Amino acid sequence: MRHLLSIEDLDRPGIERILDRARSFTEVSEREIKKVPALRGRRVLNLFYEASTRTRSSFELAAKTLSAEVINFVSSGSSVEKGESLKDTVQTLSAYRPDLIVVRTPHVGAAELVARWSPAAVVNAGDGKHEHPTQALLDVYTLRERLGALDGASIWIVGDVLHSRVARSNIQAFTTLGARVTVCGPPTLIPRGVESLGCEVRYTLDGLDEADVVYALRMQKERMTESFVPSLREYAARYQIDGRRLGARQILMHPGPVNRGVELSAEVIDSPQAVIGQQVAAGVVVRMAVLYELLAGRTAPDRQLVTA
Amino acid sequence: MNAARPDVPRVSEPLVHREQQPADLLIRGTHVLDPRAGIDAPHDVLVRDGAIARLGAPGSLEAPEGAELIEGEGRHLLPGFVDPHVHLRVPGQEHKEDLDSGTRAAAAGGFVAVVAMPNTDPVVDDATVLRSLREAARREARIPVGFFASVTRGLAGEALTEMAELADAGALGFTDDGRPVHRAAILRKALQYQRLCGRVLALHEEDPSLSGAGVMHEGEISARLGLAGIPSISESTMIARDSAIAGYEEGRIHIQHLSARESVAAVAEAKARGVERSRDERRGEAGDELARRTRGRISAEVSPHHLTLTDEAILERLDTRLKMNPPLRSEGDRRALIDGLRDGTIDCIATDHAPHAREEKEVPFEEAPMGTTGLETAFAAVYTELVVPGVLPLALVVEKLSAGAQLLGLPTPRIAAGERAAMCLIDLDAEWQVGESGYESRAENCCFAGRTLRGRVLATVAAGAVVYRERAFALSAA
Repeated sequence: MRHLLSIEDLDRPGIERILDRARSFTEVSEREIKKVPALRGRRVLNLFYEASTRTRSSFELAAKTLSAEVINFVSSGSSVEKGESLKDTVQTLSAYRPDLIVVRTPHVGAAELVARWSPAAVVNAGDGKHEHPTQALLDVYTLRERLGALDGASIWIVGDVLHSRVARSNIQAFTTLGARVTVCGPPTLIPRGVESLGCEVRYTLDGLDEADVVYALRMQKERMTESFVPSLREYAARYQIDGRRLGARQILMHPGPVNRGVELSAEVIDSPQAVIGQQVAAGVVVRMAVLYELLAGRTAPDRQLVTA
Repeated sequence: MNAARPDVPRVSEPLVHREQQPADLLIRGTHVLDPRAGIDAPHDVLVRDGAIARLGAPGSLEAPEGAELIEGEGRHLLPGFVDPHVHLRVPGQEHKEDLDSGTRAAAAGGFVAVVAMPNTDPVVDDATVLRSLREAARREARIPVGFFASVTRGLAGEALTEMAELADAGALGFTDDGRPVHRAAILRKALQYQRLCGRVLALHEEDPSLSGAGVMHEGEISARLGLAGIPSISESTMIARDSAIAGYEEGRIHIQHLSARESVAAVAEAKARGVERSRDERRGEAGDELARRTRGRISAEVSPHHLTLTDEAILERLDTRLKMNPPLRSEGDRRALIDGLRDGTIDCIATDHAPHAREEKEVPFEEAPMGTTGLETAFAAVYTELVVPGVLPLALVVEKLSAGAQLLGLPTPRIAAGERAAMCLIDLDAEWQVGESGYESRAENCCFAGRTLRGRVLATVAAGAVVYRERAFALSAA
């Protein structure tokens, strides 16, 4: 594997290899000196065109724990605001000879373009509403730690599927590992044709009790103004996961950041069923494993591959 | 019909081009296929001083003194194609295309006349702009070019242009192409005004409240890619609305670039209604037969890319050259378009040639402007994907590639003695890779880039002059 642009780049053994490696990295965080020299001398460039707290910091922490050098490039205050195109930015930053670029953009397919324009390995850290493959990996990692295996598990993804890259990557990762996926939300927020990803569609939470895992998505406030839902109140009344709806043996997940009182009630966020903190912790070891997978034992990228 | 201002002379010639040396040619032993003239057999074709002088049996004609001899054996001679829908980007966007490069691309595709859309900068919304544009075309255009003017000033959808004066100044028709005429009342007024100024109203059908921020067809592929979709109903509901208004006002509308199955059905319904209406009227009403025949008439066009590609191509590669408006839709839509072309619901093929500069298309998919070039690949794409596999007969495709002329009141190219030569010589067996040796267009945003197509235009004669020779063919002839 040269890049991680989509969760489709990984088959089941590929996902399992990364999860196993991530597990072996948990031990590093327990040490007094939280660092291993695996990627010493390698350069990782964080290229973030969108605000991000946990994804960017966990990639940075992952890279530094593996002893790589990290350069952070965020769009505000940069040449992007002076009108530089993505292509020119990528080619300029490629002059720093990064071995790997982590890219987050608001545009579908932008990570693929970065991979085309730079000789570095590329990790997609979110491209518009398309994909967020490392989120999917850390979610399956978290679930595997809890359940042992995902085979046969029933996972409900609840909320704004239409605008969610997490949903798109996770449906594929969950089904690849043998789970059954149901997406559930208001019809205005379920994309037409989403069944083609291999999931079932429901418009109400009736039947949620059959789920082993409830994965709630973030409900963005701006969706109200576009009439996707009439009000947060109506949304919460029908789709909020609260103490009544969440069973004692179900696992509750959320990609964060949470809108308390909208998609989740405060009681379930702090409940024993919630693994939201574990998801964040998994983010670091899973991203370490991804960086390791793409960089360890590989020579520096071939400059000849740079295309105009 | 009166000129809006009596002091401004009315334009008599609808198409303009630069002066070129009239051709003297003998094309020997070529297979002439002109479905309208009922010719489908090998002939010698003699062109003298730009006009078709004689058609004879193969080997029967001699090249007169000074005439060029072209070996036509194994090649097809077709009536030249006419494209009622291209963007030449002049004035104001010459970095994308200009009159010379755009008409060079057209000639390379076998086209002998094209009609340019008015969504330029400034918009062709007053007679001064139109006149200067026609002047420029008289200097630069390699093949005859006609121009549409906009329906509304600045394409803003608010106020009608001076349609009567524009018609007198040479506007072939009116369109806000690139955008719909969003307000029904404005469209209705334009159709009422059409009784004064004539000309066709060509409509880009899209309800912006449904298409929204969409960048591709709404369906399984957009769901997978997380891209905002443009639903088929954003097109078909507007066709239903506009054909109802046109029927009420007995106006003449032309629906541009159909893309969806539902749209084909909407046009078919409107056509069926139109036929009933004229039958009723024929009973009582007197008056001009031609006016009566075209009144309440609706016609429609389809592009080569909508006939041959689907949104699956975008899943294979998120290529901005595949981004256009209307978008590539599903296989079911594509089949409905083919059926519509076959059964006459769709009248003609039009490329919607929409050039963009490289830097404009070298951006993420959502950021890229809509549009693909299409003049150089139109015949080969349709021939390769639809004629070779036996989906459509060659004669039908040839006819539909020039059928746009009649819809706009332009002469239809014919291969017959006495006609001014407007034709193209094609090697149906020649395979070529699109873009491999560049483009004649200034732009590279061709949705067929990299595909291997069959059918190569070797030479084009437009308005009586040789306007294009394929490179290898020109060398071999020399």
